[in-house]
Formats: sequence, C-alpha cells, structure tokens
Amino acid sequence: MTSATSRSAPATPSPAQPSARPKPAPPAGTPVRLTGAQSLVRSLEAMGVEVVFGIPGGTILPAYDPLLDSTKVRHVLVRHEQGAGHAATGYAQATGKVGVCMATSGPGATNLVTPLADANMDSVPVVAITGQQSRGLIGTDAFQEADICGITMPITKHNFLVKDPAEIPRAIAEAFHLAATGRPGPVLVDIPKDVLQELTSFSWPPELRLPGYRPTLRPHGKQVREAARLISQARRPVLYVGGGVIKADACAQLAELAEVTGIPVVTTLMARGAFPDSHRQHLGMPGMHGSVAAVAAMQRADLLIALGARFDDRVTGRLDSFAPDAAVVHADIDPAEISKNRKADVPIVGDCAEIIAELADAVRAEIDRDGRTDLGPWWTQLESWRETFPAGYEWPTDGTLSPQYVIERIGALVGPDAIYAAGVGQHQMWAAQFVKYEQPRTWINSGGLGTMGFAVPAAMGAKFGHPDKQVWAIDGDGCFQMTNQELATCAIEGAPIKVAVINNGNLGMVRQWQNLFYEQRYSNTDLGTHKHRIPDFTLLAEALGCAGLRCETKGEVDEIIQRAMEINDRPVVIDFVVGKDAQVWPMVGPGAGNDEVMAARGIRPLFDDDEVSK
Amino acid sequence: MSTHTLSVLVENVPGVLARVAGLFSRRGFNIESLAVGPTENPEVSRMTIVVAVEELPLEQVTKQLNKLINVIKIVELEQATSVQRELLLVKVRADATVRSQVLETVQLFRAKVVDAAPEALTIEATGTSDKLSALLRMLEPYGVREIVQSGMVAVGRGSRSITAAAPR
Repeated sequence: MTSATSRSAPATPSPAQPSARPKPAPPAGTPVRLTGAQSLVRSLEAMGVEVVFGIPGGTILPAYDPLLDSTKVRHVLVRHEQGAGHAATGYAQATGKVGVCMATSGPGATNLVTPLADANMDSVPVVAITGQQSRGLIGTDAFQEADICGITMPITKHNFLVKDPAEIPRAIAEAFHLAATGRPGPVLVDIPKDVLQELTSFSWPPELRLPGYRPTLRPHGKQVREAARLISQARRPVLYVGGGVIKADACAQLAELAEVTGIPVVTTLMARGAFPDSHRQHLGMPGMHGSVAAVAAMQRADLLIALGARFDDRVTGRLDSFAPDAAVVHADIDPAEISKNRKADVPIVGDCAEIIAELADAVRAEIDRDGRTDLGPWWTQLESWRETFPAGYEWPTDGTLSPQYVIERIGALVGPDAIYAAGVGQHQMWAAQFVKYEQPRTWINSGGLGTMGFAVPAAMGAKFGHPDKQVWAIDGDGCFQMTNQELATCAIEGAPIKVAVINNGNLGMVRQWQNLFYEQRYSNTDLGTHKHRIPDFTLLAEALGCAGLRCETKGEVDEIIQRAMEINDRPVVIDFVVGKDAQVWPMVGPGAGNDEVMAARGIRPLFDDDEVSK
Repeated sequence: MSTHTLSVLVENVPGVLARVAGLFSRRGFNIESLAVGPTENPEVSRMTIVVAVEELPLEQVTKQLNKLINVIKIVELEQATSVQRELLLVKVRADATVRSQVLETVQLFRAKVVDAAPEALTIEATGTSDKLSALLRMLEPYGVREIVQSGMVAVGRGSRSITAAAPR
C-alpha cells in the first residue's frame, strides 16, 4: 500500500505496525477500512471457504498478498488453471459445498473456460474469481486482457464484473448464493486489479440484491397429489433418478419413496450412488451404455417418474421412440428443464428433497385409501431382463488384460466408502457399470460436457474435501495425458490420491466407434502408449513425485491394487496395460431408438423379441 | 410460425442486453425485433422482444429468459389487448412536381414531415408494422432513398401496470 493512495487517514491501519495481522474480526455490520483485495479475502473467509485452487498472475496478484495471511482459507497452487477449475468441481461434488478457483486475467481466465462449461452442464456449485485489467485499461486490448465475462456468459449461471471495491463483499456473497441455491451452477466474479488495490470499507454481511432470482423450492400440492395418483395407479412405473437428487441431498427421501411404492429405480450417469446398487429395486444405469434392464424398463414403462433428471439425449436415444407408452411426472428445480425434451404430463417444480418427501406421503395416503396396484407382473418382466442380460463382459481373446475386470476389482477391493472420479470414455462407462456405488457423492464424473482429463484434478479436489477418504481416479491413457500435471500438485500439497490408468494405448471410445461405424478405419486413435511406451506412466509418476506401479496380467491385479492402497505418503499411479479391443456394452447406437439397445454386438433384446406384457 | 410480443423487465445493469441477445442466438430462437429503454424506475429497463416461434418453443423462450439472473419479469402481450407501435423515418424523393402528392399520402397516414429539402422529404410515422408497411408501399413509386425503423414497443391496454408489481 502506498501512502499516495491512502487519502482518508482515520480508519487506515497504522503503517508503523504492518505485521499486526491477523486482526480480530470486527463485529458484524461495522465497516472497516481495507483494500479491495483484503475485502475479497475477508469475504471468502466469511463465506466459510476452506480451500481455493488457483494460480497467481499479474492482475490477481493483489489478492494473493492478503491470502498469504489468511488462517482460514487454504490456497492450493495448481499447475494449470483447468486443474483448478476441475478441482473446485471435484471438491464441490464430493462435499456438497461450493468449490472455489482463482486465476489471473487473460490466459488464466480463459483456461477456466472448460471447467466452467463442465460445471455448468453438470450443475455444480463453483465460484471462479479472476483478476482483470485495471478499469482504465479495459477495452484497450491491454496485456493479458480478455473479456471473460463476455466469454463465460453462456457457460455460467451468472457472472459479475466488479467495478467498485465497495461492491466486493456483495458480489462474493451473491456469487455463492447463486452457485449453491436453486439449480446449482458456476458463477464467475471478475475483479480489475485497481479495484483490488483501492482502499474501501468492508462490512459483513452485505445485502443481496437479486430481484430477478427467486427459485421455487416448495412444490405445488396439487401437482404432488396428481403425481401420487398416477404413481399409485401405474402398472409399469419406473423411477428415473438424475443427478439433481444428489444435489438436493434427497437420497434418503428417494429410498423411502422407492420402499413405499416398490417401484424399480434407474440411476443416470450423474446419479450413480443416489440409490444403492445393492438394492433389489435398482435396475442400473439407463441410456446409451445403460443396463438392458434399465433401458428396457423405461421403454416399456407406462409411467416415468423423473426426479432431478433432464431427459438428456444420452438417456433417451431417439426422442420420438423413447418410452412411447409412458406418461411422465417430471420433478425438477429448474422449470426450463420441464417439457424441454419430453412433454411432462405432471410437472412439479421445486426442491427434490421436498418433492420426494411429499410424494412419498401422498402415495402412502393413496395406497391406504385405494390399495396397492400389483406390480408383480412388471417385476416378473424386469427380473427376466435382468437375469437374461446381466452386466458382464468377455475376456479378450488375444490374452490381454480385461479393462472391465481391472475396474471391477478396484471397486470390489477399495469398496463403497471410497470416492471414485473418472475421465471420459470407455473407462468412464465401465467405472459407472462395474464399480458398485452405495452412497451419494462417491462417484464424480463429467457427464454433460464429457471433458477428457477431468479425473485427476477432480480427484484432487475431492481429496481436499475428504482427506480421510480414499480417492481413486479411474482414468484412460488419453485423458491422463491431458491433465496429469496436477499430480505434482497432489504430491507437493499432500493429496495422496490413487490413479488407475486404464491404458489401452488408444482413444478407446473413439476407436470403438471407428470399429462399429467407420469400417475399422482407425484414424488417429492410436496414442502409441503401447507401441512405444511413450510416455512410460510409471516413470512419469515417479517424476511427478508419485509411486508408479504397473500391472499387465490378471494374476497381479489384486496384489497391485492392495499395494496401491498401502501407499499413503504420496499419490500412486498404476499403469494397467489392458487390451485395446474391449468394447463398452450394452449400447444404443448413435441416432438409434432405445428399442434397439444391443446387449452385445448384434443382440437386440427388445427389437428382436417383442413379446412384452403390455 | 406465429409472432409473439414479450415485455421483459430487466435490471438496468451493464451486459444485460448481451445476455438476452446471446440467449436467443445460442438457443436458436429468432428475434424479429428488440427494443430497450428506461422505465419509470431507474433501476429497471424494459425490453420489448418480438419472436417468431410456436407455442411450445415460446414456453422454452420464456423459461430460459426467466433463468437469466437479471431478468425480473416477463409478460406476453397479446395483440388484441395491447397497444403496439413502431417508429419509421423515411426519406422520399419529392421534387416540386410530386411534393403535394407525397404530402397527401403523409396526411392520409397521419404521419408528419420532419425535414424538407428541394429534392426530398423526410417523413416520420408511428404505428403498427402493418400500417408502416402500407405507408412505405404508397411512397415507393416516388423513390424511397433511405429507411430507418425502430423495434416494436408495446404496452397492455387498461389501467393495470406490469411494472408496478415488479419486486424491488
């Protein structure tokens, strides 16, 4: 702080004692004089922020100075801003709290674009704080200037450019409120450097001014009763559970609704863990790579009860042939999701925890009055699908290690108390299919945006949120090469995660499509990780301060997983060298209807056998 | 496809027009016209947006607009129950030989001349887009040199106000 900037003397701290920090917090509401940067850090502390992932740079520098003194906020210095963003997402997904990342202007901010878009698609509460060029330089193409508010407008829930240091507490409080409430999402706060440097007054709590933001939390009683009527009368109902149920912490309510009604449950990619995989009523994951039982149940259902789900194209397949006989009850906190893709017969807007609890009560009342509809024939049909087409895989004929086996063993040995993060591709689908999830917030992945490279930084973020839990990143060799630099962060900052690289030497999912739909013309999918062993993942791991293990045969799998679990003083990377020809099944081909779900290549249970009880 | 007129109350903050315009383009909704201006409350601006969509997509338009944090309220104004106006300025070639004929047209449409030059007249007209199109058709034979037209603004008929109920 230069004396030239301190115009009003009275409230400024005495320059004679610059080391007199940290100061005791003033009583709430009493304004204090400090810089915009100090105001920012005080605001983050007041919001209860424990950890910020970020990298300093020119324009955000003022904020990093008071951050050094904060005893409440820990800053984790990442290696790439994308890592900071995904770490904030992983932290938020694992804990349910708001994840925070920080970056400088220009390239620092634009490196956050991918994780912000990712968090936006998956409705993750994240606050990003970016430095911006000083107010007088905005619009002049100044060094490291980027219009990050303009750039992130379509991929954030909201963003702010703070032009007055007095506005910092309010902007931060509003950002956290917006990120965490209603349908959660990322919010960016862009703060010019001179705003961070200027003297201002700080008081807490600030008044929120969001006249256009009033999320509906309480469901409409009439809609709930109407839904309950449909539910109690349906003969082939399915509970279609999406990630919103986890976001709303509504898993206990869901379990109750399922138990009261006896209705089968499917959990989408974003909802794995919302309902225990071990539960008899759980049919698995629906969608493009869902279980036959889950896909078939939806196709033949007479009622879909969609809870915090959004009828994504990866779930519905061809929309015009999706669940053709089903009436739809659609519960979501975002009214724009209702009837966006599939018309809802009974829309219910509100918080899923409240909706599901009220639904359970209302259905119970219906059952008490009119008795229960017999779901016996429906369950007979469901059991027959489940038994005929169980989740499974074939061992590669060329003697290589099966990737599904590796993932299945990780799930079995590590258990349901751990947190699993995945990248995007075949390994992600197998991790969704073959790891058994029993609790919410134990499965973290990039569902909507499909961001390769998500696993390592997201696992890192989750580990900072739950240092006492085992955190496994199940990654592909393609994904791993996009963001493994964060292992250096993990090693130095003390986040001993485990990374299982399912290394098939290829961009496996793309290769699978080339195999199925492009006449086995493998254009640019061979990464050479097998052929040349470049990079050597065990050596790379060692170089990044991690333990590096390799596993190439079935016999070693359990032992190496065990050994990885025993190393807790640094991160572990296991290079699982697996066959390249394994494919993800079941599958609904791109552009196909879900009736054409293939249990395995060429086997279409619904399409070929139409003898379904109606 | 039918056109719908939406009156949108927004916070008067920087970037709000970009947010609304960006939403329309990225969701693939077509804006036929958009007009923004202040209201009796300095903290609130009012946009009148004319969109060409069917009923169901219109529901999506309003729901998506409502998700924008700076959007306070949206009301659809039906043609029958609202007053809808556009402003037109048109420069018409009108030398001494045809000037009186042009002026007759101006009077017919209750428009007015706002600038005159030996070779041309500049005419100001307000009305519905149908009326303005009719005026332009009448002026065309004389030679239209320049046209500038505003987006539509609209207000509901009767004593009720949509801004009065807007929360502060």
